[in-house]
Amino acid sequence: MNQIKKLAGIIWLLLGPACIYFIARAAAHEMATKPGIDTVIQWGVFVVIFIPIAIGMSIFGYYALKGEYNH
Amino acid sequence: MKKENKIWQVITASSLGTLIEWYDFYIFGSLATVIAGQFFPKTNPTAALLSTLATFAAGFIVRPFGALVFGRLGDLVGRKYTFLLTLVLMGGSTFAIGLVPSYESIGFAAPIIVLTLRLLQGLALGGEYGGAATYVAEHAPVGRRGYFTSWIQTTATLGLFVSLSVILFTRHSLDIDPAVSIAKFNAWGWRIPFLFSIVLVGVSIYIRLKMQESPLFSKLKSEGAISVNPLKESFGNKENLKMVLLALFGATMGQGVVWYTGQFYAQSFIENVCKIDFDQSRTILIWAILFGTPLFVVFGSWSDKIGRKWIMLAGMFLAVVTYKPLFKGLLDLSDTAPKTEVVAAATTKTNSVAVPNTQDFVRTITSKKSFTDGTELTTITTDTLYANASHITVKPVVKISKVLASGVYWKMVLIVFIMIVYVTMVYGPIAAFLVELFPTKIRYTSMSLPYHIGNGVFGGLTPFIATLLTTMYTADALAGLQYPIIVAAVSVIIGTLYLDSKINTKHD
Repeated sequence: MNQIKKLAGIIWLLLGPACIYFIARAAAHEMATKPGIDTVIQWGVFVVIFIPIAIGMSIFGYYALKGEYNH
Repeated sequence: MKKENKIWQVITASSLGTLIEWYDFYIFGSLATVIAGQFFPKTNPTAALLSTLATFAAGFIVRPFGALVFGRLGDLVGRKYTFLLTLVLMGGSTFAIGLVPSYESIGFAAPIIVLTLRLLQGLALGGEYGGAATYVAEHAPVGRRGYFTSWIQTTATLGLFVSLSVILFTRHSLDIDPAVSIAKFNAWGWRIPFLFSIVLVGVSIYIRLKMQESPLFSKLKSEGAISVNPLKESFGNKENLKMVLLALFGATMGQGVVWYTGQFYAQSFIENVCKIDFDQSRTILIWAILFGTPLFVVFGSWSDKIGRKWIMLAGMFLAVVTYKPLFKGLLDLSDTAPKTEVVAAATTKTNSVAVPNTQDFVRTITSKKSFTDGTELTTITTDTLYANASHITVKPVVKISKVLASGVYWKMVLIVFIMIVYVTMVYGPIAAFLVELFPTKIRYTSMSLPYHIGNGVFGGLTPFIATLLTTMYTADALAGLQYPIIVAAVSVIIGTLYLDSKINTKHD
């Protein structure tokens, strides 16, 4: 079980940057297709709030990979 | 016996205040359209911009920020005074919103004041929940934290219930004529639910002032062992940070989306996708909440016996595998295509109103159909008849509203009730789970942040992301469910792998 936890840590570690890429791409696409201050605010808030969360996911993955959650 | 009475006083004082805070937060959301008309006219871009800020900033940025500000305060000066402060802040802001003159009366000052008050509401909500949950848990006897904190867990859903009930009651009680009553509500009656809040808050403050500080916090304080810097100890210390992250990704993230999907998105889906009329789309949710609310206590209490982990994860797992069939069920029940129409009962009325200073007319066609099962369908089509025959309305505005027959209505209540059961499974035990994850001296700070990111950010975004997905995949009315399903599934996997299922028998 501890081995699975560690290996899954790689997924969480990579999920962070993948989320940042996906959100940034979606934000750029939405701002380009629906230009307007409303779109900029909505997606700006999404990006600002989700980047620290995505970094948190990577830190979580790092801890898992290091065996910090092993029993 | 005396000890038993004391814990119930603690629960009453904490739950009542938390319920009022949720009520205050929800009435703004529930009345967003009416408020927008009063303070944020779409014709003015800056006012509309402030409206967007009020919606997004209060829920997603200010709530977690409030968790940090008041969490820190609660770990430094105590739980009692901190969540008393959040109650005063929330109640004062809500009451004040009910007093702000409209945009027409005072111009730009109106949306700016309302935005400020809405941000204060978000800040207060961010600080309230962690305080109430911590306060109750620290009074609860060993092995009963799940049961006693589950009363706090009922408050978020009951707050929604009370807000919907007060709004519906006010909307229909301002005049004998229903249409006039709704018009009065939209003009000034919407202020009543906001002003009513001050009565509730006054009672709650009176009760809370009589309460004592949490015994565990008092003990720490008398020993001089309270935290000097709760923020640093919560998030700068690896041992604690890793538990904050686990709480967020393995529990509160999934809990947040299940909570919002089962209540807010379900109601929005019934109203906007199934096209069920305003009142029915709300009363369906009200009934489901009423039947489902006792289950918070059932699952909270059960978690004392079998542990918190598997109840919460089972709720998330059931949501992941059944959301699509449940929402498909709502869609099928509202579909009038397979129903048999009573052709003789069909009516169509056309009304044309001249557009001032032109020779054009705005035409409204109201068509009503009845079906053998009792369902009624109203379609209102509005277009412009131009004097110049070469002009035609490119896209007429079509509004569809269905009033369901009794049998279909109760089937919808049953489906929403099932979703509320999932909400009670994930939410009933989570306060006890979060409280037990962190030490007393930094508990308020440590549990508040993952809760408000999970519930406020992941959960609060559900309606927006779900709507966005339905606009991207227009052929699939259920496309919006991808977001809660994926988020809950990730949380189930992380929770299953990393959360501890052992029952906490320590009282610290």
